[in-house]
Amino acid sequence: MTVAREATTQALPVDRQRAPSPVQFRIPPTLFVRIGLTIAAGLFVLPFYWMANSALKDIHELSSIPPTLYPHVPAWDNFWRAVTYIPFGTFLTNSIILTTGVTIGSAISNPLIAYGFSRIRWPGRDFVFGIVMASIFLPFPVLIVALFDIFAKLQWVDTFLPIIVPAFFGNPFFIFLMRQYFLGLPMEISEQARIDGANEFQVFLYVIMPLAKPAVAVVIIFAAVQAWGEFLTPLLFLQDETKYPLSIGLQFYRQSHDVAYNLLMAASTLIVLPIIALFLVFQRFFIQGVTAGSLKG
Amino acid sequence: MIAAPRFHLTVEDRRNLRTALPFIAPWMVGFTAFTLYPIIYSLYLSFTTYSGFGDATPAGFANYVYMAKDTLFWQSLGNTMYYTALAVPIGVVVAIALALMMNQNLREVAIYRAAFYIPSILPLFALTFIFIVLLNPGFGLVDYVLGLVGLPAVNWLGDASYTKISIVMLAQLGAGGPALIFLAALRAVPMELYEAARLEGAGPLRRFYKITLPLITPVILFDLIYGTILGVQIFTPAFVLAGGTSGGGAYTTGPENSLLFYVFYLYKQAFQYSDMGYAAAMAWVLFIISVVLAFAIMRWSRQWVHYEGA
Repeated sequence: MTVAREATTQALPVDRQRAPSPVQFRIPPTLFVRIGLTIAAGLFVLPFYWMANSALKDIHELSSIPPTLYPHVPAWDNFWRAVTYIPFGTFLTNSIILTTGVTIGSAISNPLIAYGFSRIRWPGRDFVFGIVMASIFLPFPVLIVALFDIFAKLQWVDTFLPIIVPAFFGNPFFIFLMRQYFLGLPMEISEQARIDGANEFQVFLYVIMPLAKPAVAVVIIFAAVQAWGEFLTPLLFLQDETKYPLSIGLQFYRQSHDVAYNLLMAASTLIVLPIIALFLVFQRFFIQGVTAGSLKG
Repeated sequence: MIAAPRFHLTVEDRRNLRTALPFIAPWMVGFTAFTLYPIIYSLYLSFTTYSGFGDATPAGFANYVYMAKDTLFWQSLGNTMYYTALAVPIGVVVAIALALMMNQNLREVAIYRAAFYIPSILPLFALTFIFIVLLNPGFGLVDYVLGLVGLPAVNWLGDASYTKISIVMLAQLGAGGPALIFLAALRAVPMELYEAARLEGAGPLRRFYKITLPLITPVILFDLIYGTILGVQIFTPAFVLAGGTSGGGAYTTGPENSLLFYVFYLYKQAFQYSDMGYAAAMAWVLFIISVVLAFAIMRWSRQWVHYEGA
């Protein structure tokens, strides 16, 4: 009996050894961690709570001081009014066209380019890839004056072309991401396909691409998220209001003398929600996409 | 052919080059047309007077000489450096703190992770609109909370000494992205190191400073450089906060020009005043500033970056 008892005591973790009380009121050690995390997460969520809160107030409740912490009379029709106050449908259509175009371009160009930088060994490859990587650190605004003039001469200004076409020529971050993935696939599978008589493009399209679907998914998701939020290029290259995407079009809530802040928040909610939904559905890909950029951290 | 051995191409080299060329051709064309040529063309334009219409007329160094005397140029540069010097270090600290929190071994950690990460993928212009409401002295949450704890209300967007602080706060909503990179780095730290340190009696703080921090310095370096490059091109939040396009062609730049950042001024010169030559000169100066800053950080990092096996 004594022997058996000793054996169990030894097997138990130290803090369990003295636990005679049948009901335990001990504070779990993770409690303070949880409190800290909840407060921190709260700080990141509060802006969006306030957005939704303001979106659902009518103009009288919005201007009450102190502000109400929740909409006492939820004005759900704010969402309808928000999309009719400005030509929301036109802006939304333009945003969707731009996002689709950029996403298609990114999905086609980046795997192709990354393949050339990873699955074929050619002299000077790593040097040229160094230029690709260096261009990640080039601030885009350095180029805007010249780009505007170039696109003006091509008569591309006030069309979607200056925003969509460059996506078909690759993006250094996406090239890097796809290349990392391609380098992780064993070289033997390409060799085997070449021995079987496939040319390099066939190896790319029929052997490697089917294996690279997760990486392509990451590129598609990030390209779409980026294009949806793009502000500077539409501001630069689009002039006619009927061509504005939502990012530029939302300015119109502020055109009149009184800014319709509740409608602006309702519209912001509508713009933010698809991205949050996208994250919740494709969480895995977002995490992969970012951590692929971690190099050999 | 007389050439250094490494430039001598074997038959196989040539074949591989031919095979690879169609794959990388899109990048070569795109890089030349949309990056390399614009940089060179900007350099040319910077030595001209050009309105965007008609021909550019040679102007020598006039744009650069004017820049040296342009007080708004210096103010925009000062605003940008002030913002970058504040936002980047704070951003690194916040990102590391978030990564440590994301790394907690809790059942519901995925919820915290989502809360920290999602804001970083949301459109910056939308976040800026949310901040306009959040920081409003009347219906904003921030001044209301300040009032609750007995602090005076701050006119965040109307007082020149707070406008940039507002954007620094806004930028922290994006810390979730780099935090995920830091999280990956934290995961890569060998557990044995922590075990050994614990056996030697090192507490959590000591373990962080002696083990975690040195091992994530390469990511800190990356985040510092990338953050600085993003910092010097800050534009969208300032443009939207200051009033955006609602001014009818004349863009407002915040109280006492406190939101006149470098790229904002460049944008105004090019597209409000149609002074493309001056804007091109500003673009080149920005290019040089970012290269110098990146190299300066890289050099400085030799003193503190820990490379494995070193």
